[in-house]
Amino acid sequence: MIAYLAQRLLVAAATLLAASLVVFAMLEVIPGDPARLMLGMNATPDALEALRNEMGLNDPLPVRYLDWVAGMAALDFGRSYTYSVPVIDLIVERIVVSLPLALISLALSVVIAIPAGAFAAQRRGRAGDALSMGAAQLGVAIPNFWFALLLIYLFAVWLRLVPAGGFPGWSAGIWPALKALLLPAVALALPQAAILARVTRSALIETLGEDYVRTARAKGLPFGTVLWRHALRNALIPVLTIVGLQFSFLLAGTIIIENVFYLPGLGRLVFQAITQRDLIVVEGVVMLLVATVVAVNFLVDISYAVVDPRLRAR
Amino acid sequence: MTYLPSAFIPRDGLSAFLARALASRSFIAGFIVTALIALMALVSFFWTPDDVTKLVVGDRMLAPSAAHWFGTDHFGRDVLSMIMVGSRNSIAVALVAVGIGMGLGVPLGCLAAARGGWLDDFVMRFNDVVFAFPALLSAVMITAVFGPGAVNAIIAIGIFNIPVFARVARAGALAIWPREFILAARAAGKGKTRITLEHVLPNIATLLLVQGTIQFALGILAEAGLSYVGLGAQPPMPSWGRMLFDAQTRMMVAPTQALFPGLAIMITVLGLNLLGDGVSDALDPKLRRRR
Repeated sequence: MIAYLAQRLLVAAATLLAASLVVFAMLEVIPGDPARLMLGMNATPDALEALRNEMGLNDPLPVRYLDWVAGMAALDFGRSYTYSVPVIDLIVERIVVSLPLALISLALSVVIAIPAGAFAAQRRGRAGDALSMGAAQLGVAIPNFWFALLLIYLFAVWLRLVPAGGFPGWSAGIWPALKALLLPAVALALPQAAILARVTRSALIETLGEDYVRTARAKGLPFGTVLWRHALRNALIPVLTIVGLQFSFLLAGTIIIENVFYLPGLGRLVFQAITQRDLIVVEGVVMLLVATVVAVNFLVDISYAVVDPRLRAR
Repeated sequence: MTYLPSAFIPRDGLSAFLARALASRSFIAGFIVTALIALMALVSFFWTPDDVTKLVVGDRMLAPSAAHWFGTDHFGRDVLSMIMVGSRNSIAVALVAVGIGMGLGVPLGCLAAARGGWLDDFVMRFNDVVFAFPALLSAVMITAVFGPGAVNAIIAIGIFNIPVFARVARAGALAIWPREFILAARAAGKGKTRITLEHVLPNIATLLLVQGTIQFALGILAEAGLSYVGLGAQPPMPSWGRMLFDAQTRMMVAPTQALFPGLAIMITVLGLNLLGDGVSDALDPKLRRRR
């Protein structure tokens, strides 16, 4: 178990390191001088040079890379070129929108998909199965931002139940804020729920063919009990893998959905930063998201060991 | 998502495989839909109901009618014609992106499987790094760094196809290498490269084909997303994602405009997914019984 954890931890660290190199190198090739961006076109050469020195832009590349990485390890992502505030402040301000959004959609996706997948597995080959898997096929094929548009039209323009976009902020109260996140969360969750339902179904059908399921049935347990108690727990590994993958997908998926709903989240922040050439913000957010993916994958690896005792013994 | 059936070589030959494919409803439905979309793209080169470069200010945002089946957009262009022309963009971007993924990923995966050892580790770790980047975020970053446009969208989507195909090719090849006919080939003195080309690749081709349809479908969705946020094909080139963006701002006045481009994306993706399901069913009858 310890060896397994240590090995996964090492892989995670190496992945992060490589990713940081890629991000740094990629944004290094973009033309543009941050010092000029901050001081404007009329800045004197002396002032520019002084700022460049202060920001460490004149240091050699490896030094700048190490400074950047060391800063991030201490949660110091540098200062935004355009807003002149610490990047971490911008991120915190936006993450209170994106993180709840991703979590709500993940919860929605799991709550819809696992019962739907189990239902389909239970009625395999019958009308209920065909119906739910047909719906899942549609769900996978629908672009989530288009689904978002349809939701806006139906619930915001036509029925006027929720706002069509924007975010009032958590200070406006929990309910108005949640209301603003509801449609985006549904739009994000639908395709994920469809994928998860398919995975749940096939994983369940596979476990339902196992000997212990036959034993449980033979000793007289009703099929429903066997499915929900015995088979579902054993089918969880592929399901967990997909749930882990989906969390990172949802965090990044907010990038487009936030644009549909004009939500001030991380996705909009990256977008604005890219158009304003505020590269240090882009670097910070991208690394944060990559770190989240790596951390989630690590957690999924650990949860395998929790769900499957055979891995613990390794 | 990667697709890995328990057995992926049609053991009973091509004709039996085709017979099973034609018996699969998914395959038939997927094939017909995909063929129709491809046909639509081809026809658009020769004929569209209306000229997509023609702006008729007087005909702006018309509802669907006999003259304009899907209505007109904010420049008075015929939406049906734009969807037809836009399909070229979607298909081209997704197809070339799959090509990039296969062209680089399959050799990497086969190499990793054939050599093993540190090279295998290296390829797998490289995959981990690419997978650590949320694909959409990086696509946005790439198109932002190198400028928006169809070509950069292809590159951005293509890069993320590389590890997917590398992984599938490696897993497939690893299952082939211990087989007896490979041993026979080695005994006959064939080298690893030749065995990979002559024996491994043909045996994993169908597997790659299934993954190809999945990535094709995902590519269509990704391209639509990128064009929706303005990073894909640039106007005046019609693209489905861009049409949805334009429709969103005018949803109060012309709600039907947001309907058709979205349906086009959905039907195309649905067709490709069904086709992929159908092929994998036909490859592995055991799997079909589970589906």
